[in-house]
Amino acid sequence: MSAKYQLKLYITGQTPRSRRAIENLYQTCQEMLNGRYDLTIIDVLEHPELAEEEKILATPTLIKVNPPPLRRIIGDLSDTEKVFIGLDLQINRVFHLPKGNLKDE
Amino acid sequence: MSKNTTAPILKLKTGIPGFDDITNGGLPQGRTTLISGTAGSAKTVFAVQFLGAGIEKSGEPGVFVTFEESPADIRQNMVSFGWDIQKWEDQGLWAFVDASPQLTEDTIFAGSYDLGALLARIEHAVQKTGAKRVAVDSLGAIFTQLTEYISVRSELFRIASALKKMGVTAVLTAERVQEYGEIARYGVEEFVADNVIILRNALEDEKRRRTIEILKFRGTAHQKGEFPFTIMAGSGIAIIPLSAIELKQSSSDIRITSGNQELDKMCGGGFFRDSIILVSGATGTGKTLTVTEFIAGGAAIGERCLLFAFEESREQLFRNATGWGVDFRKMEEEGTLKLICRYPEVAGPEDHLINMKAEIERFAPNRVAVDSLSALERVATVKGFREFVIGLTSFIKHKETAGLFTSTTPSLMGGTSVTEAHISTVTDSIIMLRYVEMYGEMRRGLTVLKMRGSMHDKEIREFTIDGRGMHIGKAFKNITGILVGNPMRIPQSEIERMSTLFQDDLGM
Repeated sequence: MSAKYQLKLYITGQTPRSRRAIENLYQTCQEMLNGRYDLTIIDVLEHPELAEEEKILATPTLIKVNPPPLRRIIGDLSDTEKVFIGLDLQINRVFHLPKGNLKDE
Repeated sequence: MSKNTTAPILKLKTGIPGFDDITNGGLPQGRTTLISGTAGSAKTVFAVQFLGAGIEKSGEPGVFVTFEESPADIRQNMVSFGWDIQKWEDQGLWAFVDASPQLTEDTIFAGSYDLGALLARIEHAVQKTGAKRVAVDSLGAIFTQLTEYISVRSELFRIASALKKMGVTAVLTAERVQEYGEIARYGVEEFVADNVIILRNALEDEKRRRTIEILKFRGTAHQKGEFPFTIMAGSGIAIIPLSAIELKQSSSDIRITSGNQELDKMCGGGFFRDSIILVSGATGTGKTLTVTEFIAGGAAIGERCLLFAFEESREQLFRNATGWGVDFRKMEEEGTLKLICRYPEVAGPEDHLINMKAEIERFAPNRVAVDSLSALERVATVKGFREFVIGLTSFIKHKETAGLFTSTTPSLMGGTSVTEAHISTVTDSIIMLRYVEMYGEMRRGLTVLKMRGSMHDKEIREFTIDGRGMHIGKAFKNITGILVGNPMRIPQSEIERMSTLFQDDLGM
């Protein structure tokens, strides 16, 4: 059994782009991590000091705190292949996904 | 007449020396200004000084957004200018928004995004500190951190308009590739800001010359053209606002002694107290002697004298003065004289000017002498030298002190130097020293060519130099062509003919 994923997602308010990022992330987590994750969503408009602390430049930004290495994934997470690379998920598992998920992109 | 309901553009006094003069009062308040320049043109120094001067001179907090250098690097680099950023941060007057590249972390781009987080951080920092000023350094560096998933141009517009909405006065720096060419590297930066200022660091005749130019101030006036500036250790950027200098010094009719009674007589009773006197002559005609007597004359009545020497060392000057019966060493001990010897080559004309101004401020002299002004021609471009001369003379006049400058003419027998061409119109008096060749012998002549606001002796008089200084004697009668270096004796018959010529005219 692998370690639990610890993720932080920084967004700016309830914009379409923020919603897209959240939806895309939930979908990936649901399918690939099977509940083995903690996700914190931070709205930088409400907590700019947290964005300052992490030196967040762009939104949405996903930070993979655990497992190491620490990694930033910038964007609305619509590019699933890049998200998988960022989260160190096995690329070969992509092919086990139902085809519809990939076609959506 | 329609009523004008739009408020005029106010200006924010920046506190950067000289900058508020060339901008007619400072940067347009509540607006964004692009500061563009090549690598090494002092953009970051300008940005930091803009905030620093606001904190130190008007108590206005500032926010510094850095895309390039890390805050730690900036803090360290600015120490040499005397700016303690750490202290300002501790006092809550300065806040960094660190957007510099984080090289330790892996970043992957996966879809569209915007710079909303950066904006939120800037807004947060502005609110937290109550900032009136924001500096962004540098816009171009954003491009290197971002990828194709974003429209950088529209994001830059968003940042610029957000800064305006916050009501802060902002400077944004941008890099350009050439000194004379595109305003900025990516071709979009200039459209983001209301105003554009260009910093240049051009190489001219193997000499570096820094200038600042205000290219565009939307809806408000400014001075036009390039203004020289320099960067001083301990204080940062100082701009020399030449054409913005006002001719407003009062003029005095109090006379002071030249240190030589006979010369005083020729000038109609001495120099004016707040005048600029130029002494011109070939090497060895007695210019340094004139300076020495000018200083000795002032020191004798307790006046403070400041001498800038660019040609001779202290020891040489002491020895020369002793040779004419003047004791410089004693004057320095008594505090009536300060002697500053510098090689012209140690600095550019802008640095010399700022250093000299600082010395004059510090010593507060009654008399200033420069021996010689023309030595500085060596280190300056023609333009740079003219700006130096005008800058120095106007400063001395503002201080209402007397200034005596010497200028070495290139040829032994006559002619003028470049120095004279630049300075003659700003001087109040011109004294010419010339060699006069007569009957196989070199003699010396002196004339007062110009004496603004006073009668003066128009004759060319012979003078001699001995162990007690300069002795002015009789005029060279019946000789013409001394000043141009070609003395000729006029026959007696010609003189008689000339005198009757004018009498006849009167009689008609």
